[in-house]
Amino acid sequence: MIIALLELRSISKTYQGQALLKGISFTVNSGETVCLLGVSGSGKSTLLRIIAGLESPDDGFVLFNGVDLASMPPHTRDFGLVFQDYGLFPHLNVFDNIAFGLKMQKIPASEIKQRVAALLKQINLTGFESRRVTDLSGGEQQRVALARALAPEPRLLMFDEPLGALDRTLKDDLLNELRVILRRTKIPAIYVTHDQDEAFAIAHRILLLHDGVIVREGTPAAVWNNPGSAWAAQFLSVGNIIGGIVNAKGKVKTDYGAFTLTCKHKHSKGEKISLLIRQSSGAHETLKLKVQDVIFKREQFEVHAQGGLVFHVKERPKVDGIIPLRVKVECLHENPKEKPSGRGSLSVRR
Amino acid sequence: MMENMLDHGDGKRRKFNVQGLFVSPWFKRLLLWLFPTLFLLQFFFVPLFRILILGFDASALKTENFSLAFSVLSFTFYQASLSLALTFILGLPSAILFARYNFYGKSFLRALTAIPFMLPTVVVATAFNSLLGPNGWIHTLLPLSSFQFMGTLTAILTAHVFYNTTIVIRIVGNALSRLDPKLEYAARSLGADSSRVWWNVILPLLRPSLLAAALLVFLFDFTSFGVILLLGGTNFSTLEVEIYLRVLKLPNLPLAALLSLIQLIFTLIFSLLYTRVINQTTVQTAPRFSASSFPANIREKIFAALLVLFLSSFFFLPLVSLPLRSLTRLEADRGQRTEVQYGITIDYYKELFINRRGSLFYVPPIQAALNSFAFAGLTVLFSLFLGFPAALALAKPTWLEKILDPLLILPLGSSAVMLGLGFILSFGSALSLPIFVPIAHTLIALPFVVRALQPAIASIPERLRQAASTLGASPFRVWQTVDFPILSRATLTAATFAFTISLGEFGATLLLSRPDRPTIPVAIARFLSQPGGLNYGQAMAMSTILMIITCVSILFIERDDNRFA
Repeated sequence: MIIALLELRSISKTYQGQALLKGISFTVNSGETVCLLGVSGSGKSTLLRIIAGLESPDDGFVLFNGVDLASMPPHTRDFGLVFQDYGLFPHLNVFDNIAFGLKMQKIPASEIKQRVAALLKQINLTGFESRRVTDLSGGEQQRVALARALAPEPRLLMFDEPLGALDRTLKDDLLNELRVILRRTKIPAIYVTHDQDEAFAIAHRILLLHDGVIVREGTPAAVWNNPGSAWAAQFLSVGNIIGGIVNAKGKVKTDYGAFTLTCKHKHSKGEKISLLIRQSSGAHETLKLKVQDVIFKREQFEVHAQGGLVFHVKERPKVDGIIPLRVKVECLHENPKEKPSGRGSLSVRR
Repeated sequence: MMENMLDHGDGKRRKFNVQGLFVSPWFKRLLLWLFPTLFLLQFFFVPLFRILILGFDASALKTENFSLAFSVLSFTFYQASLSLALTFILGLPSAILFARYNFYGKSFLRALTAIPFMLPTVVVATAFNSLLGPNGWIHTLLPLSSFQFMGTLTAILTAHVFYNTTIVIRIVGNALSRLDPKLEYAARSLGADSSRVWWNVILPLLRPSLLAAALLVFLFDFTSFGVILLLGGTNFSTLEVEIYLRVLKLPNLPLAALLSLIQLIFTLIFSLLYTRVINQTTVQTAPRFSASSFPANIREKIFAALLVLFLSSFFFLPLVSLPLRSLTRLEADRGQRTEVQYGITIDYYKELFINRRGSLFYVPPIQAALNSFAFAGLTVLFSLFLGFPAALALAKPTWLEKILDPLLILPLGSSAVMLGLGFILSFGSALSLPIFVPIAHTLIALPFVVRALQPAIASIPERLRQAASTLGASPFRVWQTVDFPILSRATLTAATFAFTISLGEFGATLLLSRPDRPTIPVAIARFLSQPGGLNYGQAMAMSTILMIITCVSILFIERDDNRFA
């Protein structure tokens, strides 16, 4: 049975006169890693600070194990925080940084020593105890920050763009280590990022945050397969998005031909809608497109076709030539706040 | 194009002989430093050397001199430590107030607390005199005959707090508001309550700025002269005051030299400590200032309200009391305590233009203002003439600048009274030439002028000049369109600094100015030393004039600063 450990109920927050969060509700279950995915400035960090108790919401509740946390000051909540720029205490060395939370719990010095040593081993920094944190590399600093957050064995871990300041390869390595640690310790976690690859790699469940509300929620695969709205599809770079107009016969007229609408909800004549075009070898539809530019991308070639559509192919095609592509065409919502209505697949007729 | 450039390079290499020497960067550099170093040598190091010789003379190294020096030194330390403690008691809560909270009138109050720091000591002394002195508002309006402020240690300490609180607010407050809020978040999420956040995280991180502020405040209190002389009266003698007394009132130049040496040693120690502290690891700063917020709970509201109330009255009252007093006739001026009648008057200002027989001067008192302006104008000219080449050289420092830069600052570390003593020892009868006053002022103003010019010169990126010249601008056009607009503002700021410093300078001027050629601060001090309501009123009027000029200058400099930021 899945137990909802953390529950947010319609959290709202206004920042400098602008509504930043507009009624956010979600749950985190025990042992689960939930990823909040959204563009910078979408209020993700504010939401984390509200959960941590560092800021209070204008409206709504944060519950843990069913208990309202409103009156609970941050230092008694037992939630760990990891920041993008590490937030290590520059006046303390590695040992004292990791031991900070343990000292606050008044744990005996000998035990602190053991636990810090064990944590350092876990993050592959054995022997770093007396190093100054300011002398460490970015990746090492983030490992220390992770160990510091893990040390008091928090009830919940929160990550605020933890890998945002690191370069690609370091990011991948740390992401894997983090994944392993979270899966093993089974500490429930909220992971905030604007990087979809990170989110897909680490999350059990993804929450897509846009304009103050959660517009899509689901496992990485579900979100990828059915982003729902044009905004979400674009943000996740799922495929090409084209515009079309619904004509009298209930078909969608586009620059690439007319498509028959088969999605569940009704569209009126003259309505402008967006369609998602994805490459899919198993799909029945074929688009014939004129190649405008070809870019070498390691194992494949990126093809820029007419109208700005982008596809990937194995063989280098000729510029100005016409290539046939198997595609799947799906219907997208204009309004990202509308819930996705299942697969709306279309058939193409040229 | 390419060939041209190569050719040019070749030609340069071949021509390296006599002509090359004159255009070599080293020659230019030495040329830039020529006048500033000659000036410092003649007017700072020679006088300093004279003081050294006399201070180590047998006539100076006597037991009675040492015992006097010891008691003066102890009092100097005593009052400086007390002043420092009181400044921090007010300054630290104020730093927190400004760094953490929003309230209406915040920027105004912040500016208000900064004004005293720039005001001449005579103005601050007369301001407190006008409020709490025997002829001041409190005494004439309230029957507090037993209450005495002037001539007490309280007066000295109050003025020092008034002066230096802004240092704590600026240094500690800025460090506090630049502290990365994530460190506090991290500590809280790790189980630290607010008192532990302060003790374990915030205070250790603020340590360098706390130390820097403490050293700076202590240095200013240690070398304070005008405040002690004008508010403490004859009862208190710090090193500075004693040097002055031993030059003019109870002449004993060897003793004065000995005291100067002691003073110099301590100011050097404090200055060195200060530079070490500010070069220490800097506070972990946030990319932007952490947000301040309106006080949230009742405790914060009471704290903020009380402190705002206290700060505004403490800083506002003396500054308003002075101009009001200069425009008000209080009957008690004439010694009649029975009924106080008061009315608005501009008599004190009128009196400044009258040359009375038997008055303090042989000229109308307003002549002092004219003297001050003339000296200030000369100081601007001298300090720009010497400061510009120094700032140009410092903009691209080499090892030479690393040696010369601290030497340029040194006159600041030695006190103004000591500069005066050095001049007296070195130039003797030539001192009757009025030119020595602006020369002394230039020594004091020069570091400020260089500091105002140098960042502006260094801030002009070479790329900007290159861009302008590739766009077809001639060297003159480059100077006109790139250098001049940036430098003209900095030059104006530097000039204003020099002008204001010269106008308010008290210590050196007191020793160097001739009786018939007083400056505004000297005239004010003389008025205050004489009895009578008219003299008192004229001191108020002159101080008000000086205060207004200084405030206008501060506004001008601040406005310019903001434009740069």
